[in-house]
Amino acid sequence: MTDLTRLSASELSEKLQSREISSVEVTRAHLDRIAAVDGDIHAFLHISKDAIDTAEGIDVLRRIGEDLGPLAGVPIAIKDVLCTLDMPSTAGSKILQGWIPPYDATVVRKLREANLVPLGKTNMDEFAMGSSTEHSAYGPTHNPWDLDRIPGGSGGGSAAAVAAFEAPLALGSDTGGSIRQPAAVTGSVGVKPTYGGVSRYGAIALASSLDQVGPVTRTVLDAALLHDVIGGHDPRDSTSLRDEWPSFADAARAGARGRSLEGVRVGVVKELDAPGFQAGVSQRFHETLELLAANGAEIVEVSAPNFEYAVAAYYLILPAEASSNLAKFDSVRFGLRVNPVGGGTVEDVMAATREAGFGPEVKRRIILGTYALSAGYYDAYYGSAQKVRTLIQRDFASAFDKADVLVSPAAPTTAFKLGEKLEDPLAMYLNDVTTIPANLAGIPGMGLPMGLAPEDGLPTGLQIMAPARQDVRLYSVGAAIEALLEDKWGRTLISQVPELVTR
Amino acid sequence: MDYDRALELFEPVLGFEVHVELNTRTKMFSDAPNFFGGEPNTNVTPVDLGLPGTLPVVNEKAIHYSISLGLALGCSIRPSSRFARKNYFYPDLAKNYQISQYDEPIAYDGNVEVELSDGRLFQISIERAHMEEDAGKLTHVGGSTGRIQGAEYSLVDYNRAGVPLVEIVTNIIYGADRDAPELAKAYVSTIRDIVRSLGISDAKMERGNLRCDANISLRSRQSVADALAAGDPPPLGTRTETKNVNSLRSVERSIRYEIQRQAAILDAGGTIIQETRHWHEDTGVTSAGRPKSDADDYRYFPEPDLLPVEPSLELIESLRAALPEAPAIRRRRLREAWGFTELEFQDVVNSGLLVEIEETTAAGASPAQARKWWTGEIARLANAASVDASSLVSSIHVSELIGLIEAGELTDRLARQALEGVVAGEGSPIEVVASRGLAVVSDDGALIAAIDEALAAQPDVLEKIRDGKVQAAGAVIGAVMKAMKGTADAARVRELVLERAQQ
Repeated sequence: MTDLTRLSASELSEKLQSREISSVEVTRAHLDRIAAVDGDIHAFLHISKDAIDTAEGIDVLRRIGEDLGPLAGVPIAIKDVLCTLDMPSTAGSKILQGWIPPYDATVVRKLREANLVPLGKTNMDEFAMGSSTEHSAYGPTHNPWDLDRIPGGSGGGSAAAVAAFEAPLALGSDTGGSIRQPAAVTGSVGVKPTYGGVSRYGAIALASSLDQVGPVTRTVLDAALLHDVIGGHDPRDSTSLRDEWPSFADAARAGARGRSLEGVRVGVVKELDAPGFQAGVSQRFHETLELLAANGAEIVEVSAPNFEYAVAAYYLILPAEASSNLAKFDSVRFGLRVNPVGGGTVEDVMAATREAGFGPEVKRRIILGTYALSAGYYDAYYGSAQKVRTLIQRDFASAFDKADVLVSPAAPTTAFKLGEKLEDPLAMYLNDVTTIPANLAGIPGMGLPMGLAPEDGLPTGLQIMAPARQDVRLYSVGAAIEALLEDKWGRTLISQVPELVTR
Repeated sequence: MDYDRALELFEPVLGFEVHVELNTRTKMFSDAPNFFGGEPNTNVTPVDLGLPGTLPVVNEKAIHYSISLGLALGCSIRPSSRFARKNYFYPDLAKNYQISQYDEPIAYDGNVEVELSDGRLFQISIERAHMEEDAGKLTHVGGSTGRIQGAEYSLVDYNRAGVPLVEIVTNIIYGADRDAPELAKAYVSTIRDIVRSLGISDAKMERGNLRCDANISLRSRQSVADALAAGDPPPLGTRTETKNVNSLRSVERSIRYEIQRQAAILDAGGTIIQETRHWHEDTGVTSAGRPKSDADDYRYFPEPDLLPVEPSLELIESLRAALPEAPAIRRRRLREAWGFTELEFQDVVNSGLLVEIEETTAAGASPAQARKWWTGEIARLANAASVDASSLVSSIHVSELIGLIEAGELTDRLARQALEGVVAGEGSPIEVVASRGLAVVSDDGALIAAIDEALAAQPDVLEKIRDGKVQAAGAVIGAVMKAMKGTADAARVRELVLERAQQ
């Protein structure tokens, strides 16, 4: 019998719809896989106790002929930054250990309405602050390609879960690359939608003006199917767009069918094709460009001079917003409470709780952000960073005058070793250099596999970016590129992931 | 220091911040009911509790109300205004930041005309009116004062958290001189009249619907003269901000007190500490609150969870067209409609009871009776209880009471007793009359029996009346009234006694 965990969500969807398999079988296969490998991977912080029951219910609905959506019965892993009524939601932090929200995030509600089966909650850097998942208060996640390496971050848990076949689909959140960079280093696919394209309600906020929830999958079509489920206007999120979105799945299918980039202007951002990048990453990137050109794409070089300041601006805006967003974790209404020895005032309790409940990276960013917003520094730091943001938006606008999509490596390196950059925050921050500009501009971006780096045999990722509200281009172009690459390789990249020792 | 002496030496400089709670159906940023009272922490949603992942959504009605108020204050309405986060830790503030407006308030540059008791008009210039959310309510338990100092623990009720507020900030007010306390009262009273005529707030000071923080500083007349002689702008003194002022009367008293307190300190060579002062209604003094420096750093930044508020010109103009008439025009109209003399009308204005009398009249009472009761007995009771008259009894009940008098069912004396019952919360006037047995006895039989009894005790009275000494009837009337415990209509008793003498 086929190993159900090896199938993509769209393949599972077909077999479920033809009643060849049941949701219970699919769900059980994934729960078994989690039980077998997650001891080594540690992608999950919590496994749902209701998954089989949920799957059973969906099988019943299908039996009685209910009209179900394409992903009905397909299991999914949920990043722990998203609130779930029935599972703890900790955002990878001790300060929320065991906290079960009295509501579902809008995206989680939509998953349930579309009859997906939540498997559990995935590991992440605490409050999504990090690029390696090493800043989780519950221990790091390991990369299925090499257990000594990081799975990227902050959404390393979601990326590792799909790369290790523990789940066909996962949800992530992307503030500066937390979906795309893990996709790059685990050989999976991740999409950060247009800001406002997917509701943020119930996503525990890191930086409100940058955060966006999106799909984490093994194929472009799966990402499109999931995006179709979670996207759309939400009256609970004032920043959510009222656009009518086209079917992303249709766009992905058309792209894969056509296998052509005829007439597509592909812009290469000069500043994101830097000599400092790992040789194998640059090599695969340029090979990919050649492949695109050979298949009809018009490759144009574009310049974005202000991207140079993106990381600096990002590390002012993010900590500033985070310092305010994280102020609510004070022990008064929910979460951890630490009473100082000998008692104390409410301020003492708040301070003791935050001291014990937040990890070092969170404290570092709260301090940075508090400083950046302080009177006398606001203009120099937060104010200037917002100006840079405007300049970056203009850079994108002029780049998109010349190109339909922009491409770059999704991360400057392959997965680095656990612990390698833990003591060097700046080096860690620079791992997001290619993904951050899209968040600052609010535009959509996709990370997808573009081959293994020759020097270390680890996955490299391609980033595709489109103008705001043009997420559909990511799927049509991304699916075409994916198909062309797989034709060239004769197989999928993820099929080359080493077998894990199962227990 | 004696008030006259204080004014001889010093010039008071004022500034007011008036908070108006809007009476929208739901809160400023959530769909929780905006409702006074209720069990603690019942009128709350996850948004009001600031739970992780929740997001604010602006109440459109609150925007409309704020624009109407801004227009009524003669302000300009900003085509695009923004919310901002005011960051500080306090347990009544669920998110540890307050969503307010900072550098882009919805309304700015207004003017309010205020009338003093002698009819003089005073222009108060409005700097801004901005929207924000109210905080929760802390109850400090243990300790003698009910304040945080000395309390053992504190309870938080978030029912009020998120109630929509408009804060009206004046520019610095010079030239009030010895009228400062009266001007303050007249200003707050005018604001109250405006919001009530707009129907956007219940505006009950004792409930905190309308709150006035009064900033006061003094500067010596000598220093003003010196500066002017040297061609310099006169310097300002150090200010205090008086809070907890829960009635119009307290506004006046607290400012008078604070002027005298500051004058005494300054005259003795002391310095004023910049701080909040807490007004004590019972003792009529202010006490030190928390120090308040100009350098308080709230780390304001634009609220990233909300879009700018951009009311259309059509909306603004339709709200402007719907504004009730301006206070000065309204006063003129009411005086003519009611037929009061200048003096009578001024008396009403000064007592701050214009709206009550208008409402009472609208409910069917004659203007003369409405004025008589509000400025007479009700004002007397309010004064004795140190509260505002409007907090004692509703206009509907006063109108009902007057209706009973005009129908001959109550004498003035009985009406006062009925009013006492209404104020004590025993129900409507009709209910109190029934439960206390206060109705005028119009049954002649009962009266005649009482008269017979009285005449039996004073047999010579009838003789005296027949001899033309009509005043002798008084003794019998008095005895009857006493026997009937005041429920008799004295005029009818007199008639009956005179009839008897003619028989």
